[in-house]
This record gives sequence, structure tokens and C-alpha cells, in this order.
Amino acid sequence: MTAGARILEVADLSVSFVTESGNVSAVDHVSLDLAPGEIVGVVGESGCGKSVTAMSLAGLLPRSARVTGSVRLRGTELIGAPETSLRRVRGKEIAYIFQEPMTSLNPVLTVGRQIGEVLQVHERISRKQARARAIELLSLVGIPSAATRVDNYPHQLSGGMRQRVMIAMAVACNPTVLVADEPTTALDVTVQAGILEVLRDLRDRLGTSILIITHDLGVIADIADRVVVMYAGRVVERAPVTELFAHPHHRYTNGLLNASPTPGRHAGTDRLQEIPGLVPVLTTQPDACTFADRCPAADDTCRGSAPPLAALGVADHLVACWHPVEAT
Amino acid sequence: MARYLLTRAWHSALTLVLASVVVFLGIRALPGDPALALAGEDRSPEALAAIRAEYGLDRPLTVQFGHYVERALQGDFGSSIRTGIPVSDMLRTALPVTIELSFLAILIATALGVGAGVVAAVRRGRPAEWVANFLALVGLSVPHFWLGLLAILYLSVATGLFPASGFVPFFEDPVGNLHHIILPALILGTGLAAIIMRQTRSAMLDSLSADYVRTAKAKGLSPRAVIGRHALRNSLIVVVTIVGLQLGGLISGAVVTEQIFGLPGFGKMTIDAVFQRDYPVIQAVVLLTATAYIVINFLVDLVYSLIDPRIRVAGDAA
Repeated sequence: MTAGARILEVADLSVSFVTESGNVSAVDHVSLDLAPGEIVGVVGESGCGKSVTAMSLAGLLPRSARVTGSVRLRGTELIGAPETSLRRVRGKEIAYIFQEPMTSLNPVLTVGRQIGEVLQVHERISRKQARARAIELLSLVGIPSAATRVDNYPHQLSGGMRQRVMIAMAVACNPTVLVADEPTTALDVTVQAGILEVLRDLRDRLGTSILIITHDLGVIADIADRVVVMYAGRVVERAPVTELFAHPHHRYTNGLLNASPTPGRHAGTDRLQEIPGLVPVLTTQPDACTFADRCPAADDTCRGSAPPLAALGVADHLVACWHPVEAT
Repeated sequence: MARYLLTRAWHSALTLVLASVVVFLGIRALPGDPALALAGEDRSPEALAAIRAEYGLDRPLTVQFGHYVERALQGDFGSSIRTGIPVSDMLRTALPVTIELSFLAILIATALGVGAGVVAAVRRGRPAEWVANFLALVGLSVPHFWLGLLAILYLSVATGLFPASGFVPFFEDPVGNLHHIILPALILGTGLAAIIMRQTRSAMLDSLSADYVRTAKAKGLSPRAVIGRHALRNSLIVVVTIVGLQLGGLISGAVVTEQIFGLPGFGKMTIDAVFQRDYPVIQAVVLLTATAYIVINFLVDLVYSLIDPRIRVAGDAA
């Protein structure tokens, strides 16, 4: 893949928060990219910095955040861009879907109004036209009898429908990049499958690039083309999805895979493996591998210097580990 | 929606009936025989019996209550014991003054309070918030009768910008009317403005950190739309509750303010009646105040349902 083909390029992105107990580093030199029509999954435990990474793309972090590095959308730098130009990017170029569809929708506005709003602001169309488009969008994301649902308030819809509304809102202006932050976490498994289907369908029909943030490897396996594994604010492994599941090189990835149930595993004898220890506190980013304390293979090298993200085996399989699990 | 309104109207009507019973019994339960009070010097049994017969005081309480309700419904609250003027006539001149004063005070308080509250929340931790907080503290802690006296001293007596007392009916001279009433309204509104400001600020801080505000920002909306349409609209329910609750306080505040500025309103009429033990007037005043509370509560509920769609549906389900 050539650099020119990439829609979104994130390079050396670091985010820290100024707090009373000092600087907390949430994201540490993260790099990732997204090609047109590609679905990239970002996976990691809670607090690994995946959501902060997502929010920083369009400058949605609170004022207390210090962001450095580079986020380029079709070559245009977004880090440090003025608020007014970021506003033109949000919703139009980079759109978001959030985890909790109940709290992420405004309870006092109809869903039609909330979808129409994004069209009115970016496409300067009338409220009436926006409403008509909102109905089209609701049918696009698979909501039955969209013409009546458009006047519903969020509390009148089920969780799955609300998330479909969120998606309709996000794709309203046909965004280049769709960032889905845990889009299925709050939903039933059957509803999850439907939501992932909608996302895949949108990619196929509109060619939207999707960055999906999740802690669920099942979701990644289902929908992603490539995977970025994050741990304690750093990218530890990056690979195409089938390659990663077949040959995980980082012991954290390995741990994640062993901690996920797979069909065929015998429940009685073959227990899920947990990763010992906890995610480190992010106030100090030591000059070491952040996973060293929990890693069975860690030695003095791991504790003395941070491993770079480097190709191993296949060219587009990158891993940040001094002692990677060798390809078999 | 219609069902919600009907339920609320029914509840209001019930409360009103109960309130009128309490007012009626409350007056009867007061120590002292009203016939004695009315009789003055001539306290012969015949005279007292005549008075009791004239006012129906010799009838059973239920019959008396029936008469009282019947007459009250026709707007007949009897006549003042002291002046002989029908209470309804007194109300006709006093009520417009108080309604105008309260309405202006609420308008001023809401405009100042909501405005300052939003600014304090949006500019959290910056000088604008400190100024708003300081003003709210002053508004809350300074008694408005003292503020009223200061205003008269400096704005009326010393500079002559505003008249110190008196009133001109709106329809006779609109400009003069506003000139007379704006200062009392401002003074009356300050305390309420401070309360509204503090509530708006905390409600806005909640809304501003809500997920739907993040969504609104992620859509690329302008700060004005994010704050006004998304955050403020969700905060308004708290503000409306506070305004509704404080309206009662406003009525008692109006009593003091009217006294200070010499406005011939409902409050002044109440105070005079209490000092002169003018029972028919007191009875009418208490009943009217209770009614005002109930009507205001009903209106607040109505506004709730306009702001929050969830209440409309909950009412329909009930």
C-alpha cells in the first residue's frame, strides 16, 4: 500500500492530561493509518488509550489534554488546526459513533432533528429537506417505518435502534472516516451482529473507512481488515486480521487471544487463560516495555528500554517486543 | 399529552378544594368570636345574635362553608370590616400591581440568572465564573428590603433617577408605570436571580459533561448550538422547577417590597388587613394566594411536559 492511498495517517500521536497528581500520559507515540474503504480495529483493555486516541483525531478531547504528534486527513494536518476548521471536519469528514446510544443521544430532541442537525450545519439545507434526508438515512440503517420513527424521541426506541440512529447520524454527510468507539458493547449479542452488518454494508456501499475501537476480539474477527493492538497507551502489535489471529507475535496479544473463548475449546479441562497483573498506572511512562511486569518472557532488556515497533516475518505485521513469539 | 393535562388539572382542582376548606376552617379556628369583633361597643346578646344571623354564623359549619364557596365562586368575598369596601373591589386595584411587579421580577431574574448561570458553567474556572459566583453570593445574602432602602437612598433620593414610591396604572401612563415599577421589580428579582443562577450553573455543568453534548460536538455543531440547543435545553427542567418553587417566595417578597416602595399592591393590602384584623380581607387574600400557588404549579407541570418529552409519555401511560 502506498502512502498516497491512505485517507488517515496518525503518526507519533501522544496525549497527556494535566491533573492535580501530575501529568498522566494516556497515549504514547501511537501511529496507525487507514486506507479508503478499509476497516481497522483498535483493540485493548479498558484504559489502554484507545478511546483517547479516537477522540483526539477530530480534537474532541477536553482542554486539559496535551496532544502532540500528527493526524493527517487526506494530507491535511488536524493537530493544532483552529477550532473553526476542526468543526468543518467533525461530522462531515470524521464522524463518530459512541458506546452508549442511550446517553449519547439527546433525550429532549427527536431523532429526526438530531440527524437533520448535522446535515443542516454541514450542507446548509433547510429543516424540511433535512427531515426528508433523515428518513432516508433511517431506512438506510435498517430502521422499519422510518417515516414515523423520525419523530420519535430516543427513549421510545430500543437499544439497537438507538445505535442505528447514531450510525444514521454519523453517516449523514457521507464522512470519509467513521470512528466507532465500542459501538456494540452496550448491546445484546444478536443486536451486535446487526450493527456490525450495518457498518460493513456502509463500507461496501459508500466506501467509508472505519476505525472501530473495541475490547472484543470477536468483533475484530468479524469485521476488521487490519488490527492495531494497544497496551498502556502504546501500539504493541499491528497486522492484518487473519495474520494476527494465526500468528500473534506479542505476548500481550497472545494473552488476549487465550483469554477469549473460542468454539471447540473444552470448557471443563481447557480453562481461559487470564493475563496476570494489572495495566500499569499511566502517570509514569518508563523507558521500558510497559508490558514487562506482566510478561513471562521479560528480562533486563525489556525493563531497560522500550522496544520499537518493527516488522517481523510478514512485511505488514509489526510488533513491539524484544522477545516476540516466533512465527510457527 | 391531553391525558397528562387532564390528570394534572384534576389534581389541581382537588388541591384547590382542600385549600379552600383549610382556609375556611383556619379562619374559624382563630381565637375570638368574629361577632364580638364586629359588634364593637354594643355587646348585648340581641345585638350579637343579630350579627350572627346577618353573617350566617349561627348556621352549621357545613352550611356556612357552602355559602362561602358559592359566594367565592361569584367573586364575592364580602366587604372589609374596616372600610366597608367590597374585598373584590380592593383586589381589582391591588392585584394588577402585584402581578405586574412579580412578572417583571421573574422576567428580570430569569434573564439574569439563566444568562449568568450559563456563562459561569461555560467559562468554568475563569474570571467570568468568579464574577458570576460573587454576584450570586451577594444576591443571596443581602436582604432585599435593605437593598431596596439603599436603592431608594441612592437612586431615588440622591439622584432622582427613579421615583421613591407610588404607582401609576399601566393603561393610564405606560412609561410612568414602568418608571415606577422597574426599581422594585429589580430589587425583588435579585434574590431569585441568584438562586436561578446557581441552579442553572450546576445543571449546565452536568449537561455539558453529558455524552450527548460530546455527540453534538462530534457532529461539528457551533458552540452556540451545543450550549443552547443541547446543554441548556436539558438544564431548563431544573430551572423551571426552581422558578416555580420560588414564585411562592416571590409573593411574600412582594409583600415587603411593596411596603418599602409604597406600591398599592396585594402585599400591602395583606399587611394592612393583618394589622387591622380585617378577617374577610385576610380570608380572600389567603385563598387567592393558595390558588395562585396551585395555578403556578399546574403551569410549571405544563412547561415540564413541553421541555421534556419523557414526561409527556409517562403521563400518558399513567
